[in-house]
Amino acid sequence: MSAREVAAAVLDPELPVLTLADLGVLRDVHEDGDHVVVTITPTYSGCPALDEMRADLTRSLTAAGYTSVEVRTVLAPAWTTDWISDDGLRKLAEHGIAPPSRIGRRGPVPLNLEPPAARVACPRCGSLRTRELSRFGSTACKALRACGDCKEPFEHVKEI
Amino acid sequence: MNAYEGLVDTGEERHWAFGTGFTAALSGVDRALPAEVDTEDLTAYCLMLGDDALILSQRLAEWCSRAPELEEDVALANIALDLLGQARLLLTRAAEADGVACDEDTLAFTRDEHEFRNVRLVEIDCGPGPGGDFAATIARLLVFSTYRLALLQRLTGSRDPVLAAVAAKGVKEVAYHRDHAAQWTLRLAGGTEFSRERMVAGLERVWPFVDELFAPHPVEARLPGIAVDSATLRAEVDEVLDTVFAAASLARPEVSPLATVAGRGGRDGVHTEAMGYLLAEMQHVHRSMPGATW
Repeated sequence: MSAREVAAAVLDPELPVLTLADLGVLRDVHEDGDHVVVTITPTYSGCPALDEMRADLTRSLTAAGYTSVEVRTVLAPAWTTDWISDDGLRKLAEHGIAPPSRIGRRGPVPLNLEPPAARVACPRCGSLRTRELSRFGSTACKALRACGDCKEPFEHVKEI
Repeated sequence: MNAYEGLVDTGEERHWAFGTGFTAALSGVDRALPAEVDTEDLTAYCLMLGDDALILSQRLAEWCSRAPELEEDVALANIALDLLGQARLLLTRAAEADGVACDEDTLAFTRDEHEFRNVRLVEIDCGPGPGGDFAATIARLLVFSTYRLALLQRLTGSRDPVLAAVAAKGVKEVAYHRDHAAQWTLRLAGGTEFSRERMVAGLERVWPFVDELFAPHPVEARLPGIAVDSATLRAEVDEVLDTVFAAASLARPEVSPLATVAGRGGRDGVHTEAMGYLLAEMQHVHRSMPGATW
């Protein structure tokens, strides 16, 4: 397998249904003989999973026979949920986590005095009658919601 | 066989504590220093922005397990974590610009009070405990995140590639913090008579520290194109705060600003009484056991 294929298959430590490639944090894999340089970007500035990703990448590439692995971090362009691949969005929904909507180009940051209107579909029954339980969830990237129809609580990868 | 063997450093970057594998905060980022920059000023500026984030992160972490509801425990801890992430990047940049062999940990854990350059707003005790309460904490978060969002948005155009990148990343995080604080301000102000009273008192508690955020500083003036002139942020911040106050039917507090000491404030290392206690707690372990790892 090429170094790119190995790196792309490494799973995200906190959302293990996604690979680093699905999540959009894998920016570049450069092979130079035995030396591999992998470039990743953090989702949030304080995301503790970044160190874990670095270790996982090194471990997987070493196991695949690459003797010299270097993992670099880039901050720009900053990660947004738009970097998650279509495949990634599908996998999140399949595993009961509501995926973020696409945001596209952004301008000035608006002040939101109300929680955003529910446009988040329940990943179990598809109902749009969902509400936010908590703006922050088990990881920096998720919020907690509940469905008004099937009554199940679920996680939502919030748009940033 | 030592039962604790599995816990000690195995040489992999897997241990999330100071002193172990946390040295690569800026690895791979374009770190060239901008042309014609006074590195002492750049260091000072990175410390100002980094210390603001570090000290508020410490204050927010004090709420862990003590917030009014579980969701808020998680929220304040997440906000603290975002700010800690920003602080790490900025302190690493400060150490790098300084050129002396030190790192983010040395800066965070071994500087004394007069060497910290944060504004006094972030260090004061807003609770939990007798220094304040949840409403005071929300009032501070509202003011601080509104100010920091305006600042980071301008900073995305900085000539320093690291400051610009840290800012671009931070904008999205701090925008979420500001929404959170604004939504709580509305809930508390529009809740019961008691919650409204606490929200009003909370704003009065933090308001004496607001002017300092916009006081122009010589370090900013000496870094044209790199730093943001704080004074230029005031109108934008006021507009956002007035929008929140109008929606919450709150009046802007009429409280005099806290005086500086011969013109020197937090940005110059002159802090309030609360700062020493905060540092004692934050730095205790590192100073008791220098170089310790888990």
